[in-house]
Amino acid sequence: MKPVIILKNITKIYQSGELSFRALKNINLTINEGDFTAITGASGSGKSTLMNIIGLLDIPTSGTFLLDNVETSKLNDNQLAKLRNQKIGFIFQSFNLLPRTSAIDNVALPLIYAKIEKYERLEKAKISLDLVGLSDKLKSHPNQLSGGQQQRVAIARALVTNPQILLADEPTGNLDSKSGFEIMQIFKRLNKEGKTIIMITHEPEIAKHAKKIITIKDGDIL
Amino acid sequence: MTETMSSALRSILANRLRSILTILGIVIGVTSVILLISLVSGLNSFITSQIEGLGSNLIFVIPGRIGGSRSPGGIQANRLILQDATNLQKQLLDQAKVSAVVQRTSTLKYNNKLDRGVAIFGVQGNYPDIISVKLTSGKFFNDSEANSGRKVVVIGPTVASTLFGLTSPIGQSVDIGGLKYKVIGLTKSRGSTFGIDQDNSVLIPLTAAQKQFGLDRLNTIYISANNSEQVRKVQAEATSILKKRLSEDDFSVQTQEQTLSTISQITSVLSLALGGIAAISLIVGGIGIMNIMLVSVTERTKEIGLRKALGARPTDIRNQFLIEAITLSGLGGLIGITLGISLSLIIGLFLTTTITWWSIVLSFGFSTLVGILFGVMPAIRAARLNPIQALRYE
Repeated sequence: MKPVIILKNITKIYQSGELSFRALKNINLTINEGDFTAITGASGSGKSTLMNIIGLLDIPTSGTFLLDNVETSKLNDNQLAKLRNQKIGFIFQSFNLLPRTSAIDNVALPLIYAKIEKYERLEKAKISLDLVGLSDKLKSHPNQLSGGQQQRVAIARALVTNPQILLADEPTGNLDSKSGFEIMQIFKRLNKEGKTIIMITHEPEIAKHAKKIITIKDGDIL
Repeated sequence: MTETMSSALRSILANRLRSILTILGIVIGVTSVILLISLVSGLNSFITSQIEGLGSNLIFVIPGRIGGSRSPGGIQANRLILQDATNLQKQLLDQAKVSAVVQRTSTLKYNNKLDRGVAIFGVQGNYPDIISVKLTSGKFFNDSEANSGRKVVVIGPTVASTLFGLTSPIGQSVDIGGLKYKVIGLTKSRGSTFGIDQDNSVLIPLTAAQKQFGLDRLNTIYISANNSEQVRKVQAEATSILKKRLSEDDFSVQTQEQTLSTISQITSVLSLALGGIAAISLIVGGIGIMNIMLVSVTERTKEIGLRKALGARPTDIRNQFLIEAITLSGLGGLIGITLGISLSLIIGLFLTTTITWWSIVLSFGFSTLVGILFGVMPAIRAARLNPIQALRYE
């Protein structure tokens, strides 16, 4: 088993004037290639902070974070952007699709920042939409799609750069239970095909779909 | 780059009304820069061609001092009289021709037809030798007719058509300010410019004009040097001849070349002043663009956060908003150029307008620059957004 994420003594302190808040306390965590890990915890437990650090959107106050054997603390904004683009596929609770933009263009968006030519972008986006079963909705705009379909477009967008890791933040939070179940089936299939998946959720029903569950409370892993 | 361009265009088209209102300031600015400069250039080329059309050896003597403390031909008393013209002619006899002109406006009558606001020029018999007067029929009055005070008149085509319609005016008698004048000639049309009808004018003998209207002061003395190499010499001599009777604040002696350069000085100041006023509208337009771009950055905070999460670098975000601002202002510039040129062409049907390429380049360049200047701040603000906060923004 090859580790893709190694967190060593990760601490995150939010400072606001005189007050400081320790969101994460000496977190040690290793995630291997092919894992499907659910991170659960109450709101304010620090699970979102952990997610942001793993997603390279936030920088820990102290500790080391190795992403695919790359030490991330010394990277600048541009290098972090490149790494996010290549290694991580984000899936959000509120889908975050661009309005007035077709499904295929939404999916192709990360490839613009990977400097890929337009023709190839659209080819890859088509393949990606096919993976989530939406090859008949290429030209549909987000407001023409159901919540479940929108989240599948978002998954296709996360997959289009062929990243090692899928990072999902409450992916079923805005969906009914049937659509949520469908999304979990897609996650399981992608995991079986080799994707490493890290999913944040506060719903035990959803967390059960993962192979491994980590619970966070007050900035500590239980 | 093409991707950023097309995404900028998409975003502009998505908010059509807002985009149009945003670029209105730029459109008005560019349109007025092009229009005003084309009007002033038209004025300049019109006056230039009029003066050049008078003949190249010409020297003008006008009352008042150009470039002096008092305005030329202005409030101060005009001291130029016929005696000055006579002195000049006597002393410059073998070098130049001299002709004096008086001018006023009056009403012409023929039977029961009236022509108001006609420019009456009182001129000497040698006037056609100096200023080209083209006649379509009849003849000009000679020196002896002019000096005897005979009441003859050479009329312009507008006067002819107003008073006589299609019948020939030659040999008829018209009433000028209450006295009868016999029409002896009809001039060729010179057209109308800046709303002033060049053809609504008549030429009568100087002596008759002076006697009838009490015009003892001259409006202009034209001096035409016999030889083009002697223009400067004649100018200097004329100045010293006039100084014997007049003080140097009483008159100006200008060659045609000097007059042209004076006029081009005036019109270039006019260009700058009018263009400058129009340019203020461009800056106001730029502030409008900055305002809308700031709104757009706030509105699209979540999109910016998403793009950053998907791998956009700060420079990618900055370029996206900067190019959107430049596209907006450039679009405004293009619309303004189209409007400015079309309006200039339409106005060109009535007045002389000259569309200058530099005014187009200048105003387009300036409007694009405005887009860059006022787009940078919102773009940098967008690039600096923290992706986590941006994603959480509702």
